[in-house]
Amino acid sequence: MKDWRYLMAEQRGTLLALGIFIVMFIIYTTNHPAGFTANVVQTAANKGVLLAFVAMAQTLVVITAGIDLSVGMILLLTNCLASWLVVGTPFETTLGVIAVLLAGLVCGAINGAIVIYGRLQPIVATIATGAVYYGIGLLLRPFPGGSVNEDLADALTGKLFDVIPTSLVALLVVVLVVWVPFSRSVFGRAAYAAGSSETAAYMSGVPIRRGKFFAYMLAGLLASIGGLFLTFFTYTGEAAYASGNAYTLFSIAAVVLGGVSLFGGKGSAIGAIFGALAFRTIGDLLFVFDFDPLWQPLFQGVILLIAVSLGAFALFRVRNRLEWFL
Amino acid sequence: MSETTLGGIAGRMPKFLRRADPAVATAFACIVILLLLGSLYSRSFLSPEYLLQQLKVASFLGVIATGMMLVILLGQIDLSVPWSVATGAMMACAAAAYGHAGVVLAIPFGILCGVAIGIVNGFGVAYLRIPSMIITLATNAVAQGLMVVYTGGFSPQDSATAAMRYLATGSTIPGVPNGVIIWALIGAAMVFVLTRTSFGRAVYGIGNRERAAYLSGIDTRRIVMIAFAVSGGLSAFGGVLLAGYASKAAQSMGDAYLLPSIAAVVLGGTSILGGRGSYLGTVAGVILITLLQSILSVMQMPEAGRQIIYGVVIVAMLLLYGRAPASR
Amino acid sequence: MDGAAPLFRMEGISKRYGGVRALEKADLTVTAGSIHAILGENGAGKSTLIKIMAGVVAPDEGAMTLDGSEVSFASPAAANQAGIVCIFQELSLIPELSVADNIVISDPPKRFGMIDRKAQRRIAEEALARAGASDIHPRALVKDLPLSRRQMVEIAKALARKPRILILDEATSALTAADVARVFEVLKRLRSEGLALLYISHRMNEIAELADHCTVFRNGRNVASYKAGTKSDNEVVELMIGREYRHIFPPKSASAQAATPVLEARNLSWADRLDNISLGVRAGEVVGLGGLDGQGQRELLLAFFGVLRGLRGEVLIDGKPVSIASPRAASDSGVGMALIPEDRKTEGLMLPMTVRENLSFAALDRLSKGGIIDRAAEQRLIDDMVGLLAIKTAGLDIPVGALSGGNQQKVVIAKWLMRQPRIILLNDPTRGIDVGTKQEIYQLMRKLADQGAAILFYSTDYDELIGCCDRVLVLYDGSVKRELVGAEITEHALIASALNIHGEGAGQSQGAGA
Repeated sequence: MKDWRYLMAEQRGTLLALGIFIVMFIIYTTNHPAGFTANVVQTAANKGVLLAFVAMAQTLVVITAGIDLSVGMILLLTNCLASWLVVGTPFETTLGVIAVLLAGLVCGAINGAIVIYGRLQPIVATIATGAVYYGIGLLLRPFPGGSVNEDLADALTGKLFDVIPTSLVALLVVVLVVWVPFSRSVFGRAAYAAGSSETAAYMSGVPIRRGKFFAYMLAGLLASIGGLFLTFFTYTGEAAYASGNAYTLFSIAAVVLGGVSLFGGKGSAIGAIFGALAFRTIGDLLFVFDFDPLWQPLFQGVILLIAVSLGAFALFRVRNRLEWFL
Repeated sequence: MSETTLGGIAGRMPKFLRRADPAVATAFACIVILLLLGSLYSRSFLSPEYLLQQLKVASFLGVIATGMMLVILLGQIDLSVPWSVATGAMMACAAAAYGHAGVVLAIPFGILCGVAIGIVNGFGVAYLRIPSMIITLATNAVAQGLMVVYTGGFSPQDSATAAMRYLATGSTIPGVPNGVIIWALIGAAMVFVLTRTSFGRAVYGIGNRERAAYLSGIDTRRIVMIAFAVSGGLSAFGGVLLAGYASKAAQSMGDAYLLPSIAAVVLGGTSILGGRGSYLGTVAGVILITLLQSILSVMQMPEAGRQIIYGVVIVAMLLLYGRAPASR
Repeated sequence: MDGAAPLFRMEGISKRYGGVRALEKADLTVTAGSIHAILGENGAGKSTLIKIMAGVVAPDEGAMTLDGSEVSFASPAAANQAGIVCIFQELSLIPELSVADNIVISDPPKRFGMIDRKAQRRIAEEALARAGASDIHPRALVKDLPLSRRQMVEIAKALARKPRILILDEATSALTAADVARVFEVLKRLRSEGLALLYISHRMNEIAELADHCTVFRNGRNVASYKAGTKSDNEVVELMIGREYRHIFPPKSASAQAATPVLEARNLSWADRLDNISLGVRAGEVVGLGGLDGQGQRELLLAFFGVLRGLRGEVLIDGKPVSIASPRAASDSGVGMALIPEDRKTEGLMLPMTVRENLSFAALDRLSKGGIIDRAAEQRLIDDMVGLLAIKTAGLDIPVGALSGGNQQKVVIAKWLMRQPRIILLNDPTRGIDVGTKQEIYQLMRKLADQGAAILFYSTDYDELIGCCDRVLVLYDGSVKRELVGAEITEHALIASALNIHGEGAGQSQGAGA
């Protein structure tokens, strides 16, 4: 019984995000002209899953007390790459998918290498690598275009047994294959430990660098899965600067909503997923309430501003003002 | 600048040489190399007209990078530049639509809007202690949202006032574009603030060791707040000039200034961790970036190539001299 | 030491930090199945000794033998491997992870490449039970535990590494009395299981209860080893006293007793670190803060300087209650307070900035008109200060980090004297600086007092307190345990009251037992 309580406490952030999501989703569907139907859920899921992948990617890096401002650009790059490669026979398509995922992994590894072994600040380093990734994306697709294996795309964006959105199933599979093993591995623990207290982790002999490197690398991988799905939804590749930036920004919002601490060491990708779904639903609420869609960016910006300000309440517990400057 | 025991001109030279940061020297060397490379490509690269034209283009980035430098010197960063620029431009143009008073107040109003964004940033960083990159991203999103609502998602129809156009494209002194003069004035003011005022000293002090600055009786929070407000204001002023240059404001006109402004400051030898850097370096960084852009566009390098080269150059130069200490 | 063959032996160990000698040909012998207490003043070399044993620092010379064969440790992990585990004073727990995660952190049990949570849970429960802390839930997050519980987790974490030699450095300092009793039972059981325990504590009663052997350190050497219980507390204190050099201190001047205190505290409390402190410092007086390190002296100075939030009680300046909310307010001309902080490198100076910029940094508001620095006035004042304190620097425009430690400290002091403060708080200002500069600082303190400043002076060096102070307040556990005036300030009295024991001459002690 006590265990159950600790589990609750551990997952408080995640549960809160889940709660926000459920409430928002109920409001959304009950006001949606079509109501709670499989189609509405499918559309919502497809939009939400994209952000969920990027938010998972951001979570991994944020756990190490870093930040990856290039996730959106990795998404764009892999989207453009997928629009070239994920075509043709099933065999070619498979090779294409693998290549896209590898590209994401490499992008993440480059970020990690520069930040950890090059000892550059994550912000500047990932803004700069983000520019490079965007440039490569633009090189691949100077104009929107390309195509994708539509059978695969339709299969992964459709419905399973006419009820469950396949994209949600895919998200679940990624969680089980990427996030769960990582979070339970020694490296995952090292990433958490390094984010929480790098000195204590060092004194305890934790493999800090490898843990962080893994986190950055897997973040690239997850962003590339997002890129793949973007291609599946749109059937094209497009290097749109504003859209890449928006994904980066929303990933941070989703992470914060999902109970992941921007100071590192705390939170889970599951929480970030619900944060992402909730964030998307909030954005769509304006739509069902018939607001002008023009208000959506402002609305999302304000939610983000409020979400990041919430963390400041911890400040009022600080009793030695010198701790402000640690 | 020297009042050491050595005194006089004899004291100045060694100090000037001592102050010649390797990063600043490297940046200036790169400028020379770029010009030489460019002159191989086209003879006009070394002509005064071309160089003045480059300075004029550089002046917009120079104004924006000045604010960015102030924030980076504190050890913070301002990622709200894109929409501070756009907000400044749009609001100045918008004010112009309100009769005579609007035309007169267009420029101050645009700048004030940027200052307001900066104040929100500064409040978040200084008083709520939200990491600057997060809060500035958030205010950037809010500013974007406000502008989207205001313009209806299209490029605004209002156009720049005559004064804005004159500031950006005219030339009071024959042959010298006004933009360059404005940048020179702002730069001179910045140098004065950084080297001669207690505010400037406090900025460097906070950037080096905020704890020590706080214990020395500096109101660190107020200083941080002011620095962000100035950064917001200068970004907006950059936007006003850009709007004057193009005669109107545009939705994503600021996007192209975030990375270059950070890059210019950092390439000029200012430490991204704060506390170290000179304005001369930022000037070098701005010119370097502008020349790089110019040469890439003369060579008809597409946008994609430019982005890649930016990113690679910045990472490479940071790895050369912008790294954190080995062990902490 | 007789009886069983020694498990671990250190011979002729020396260690220097820069020019400062921390250990000089120190010896130590540890036998299995016994508890060995190490005693000594602040800076006697105990912590260096432990760090060498635990592989954190390497000795300059000397040999270590384990089971008769020579060993050397390249890292803490290597020492752990050999069975030497140390529980350091600074906690090494990761706050956001659970207790179980922390206990197995350096070598988690694995299954199919992933951490085996069931095995981890089992190990953690065992370790907690062995540490006598089975009330701590393995899933609880470390950051949610109070300090005393965290200390217990730290002990469990050490036990999970299956040590042969366990070192406890002030491991009970944060524990409640009930926890201490439980830890003692654990330690005694470990002793009966054949472990060697090295126990460092300032609490004499704990040592009396636990230890089989004691070794006293002084000035980096082991000066005495004896079987526990064979010496009285007073004899032990005598052993800990005694130095090779004596400082020359300026003569004390008779302080005016009548005036109202410039700085006064009434029933000052803060969190669990300061407990009901009342004191007053008059103009012209040097008041010392004594006691063992970490008994609330630093917090008290920070509290006066406006750094701490949630203070209870009153602070009075010139007899009037004030509320100081920031260092800026404290250094304001109405209050006129200055704090020479604990760590000059992170709190006193901006090392990459120039000597000039550092010197005038705290006085910028006085040196500028309309925000613009009056550079002539700045230069005059800086020249005055450089002369007054005889700061040795190659120029005013070199980074202050290039100066020697002593000169850096002079810059810190000078930067505050530029404001002509009336109240000067000094937080261990002579730590890590050379003897010559120390003398100059003593002279300066007395000179400032004679000019009318009220000085509150914390030092970890008892000699300084004796030589410099008109009165000394000895802190223990966040409250003033004793006030020593004039001739009462002796090394014996200082140490006895710092340890909170009552030797002869401690008659007027208020005597709250530990």
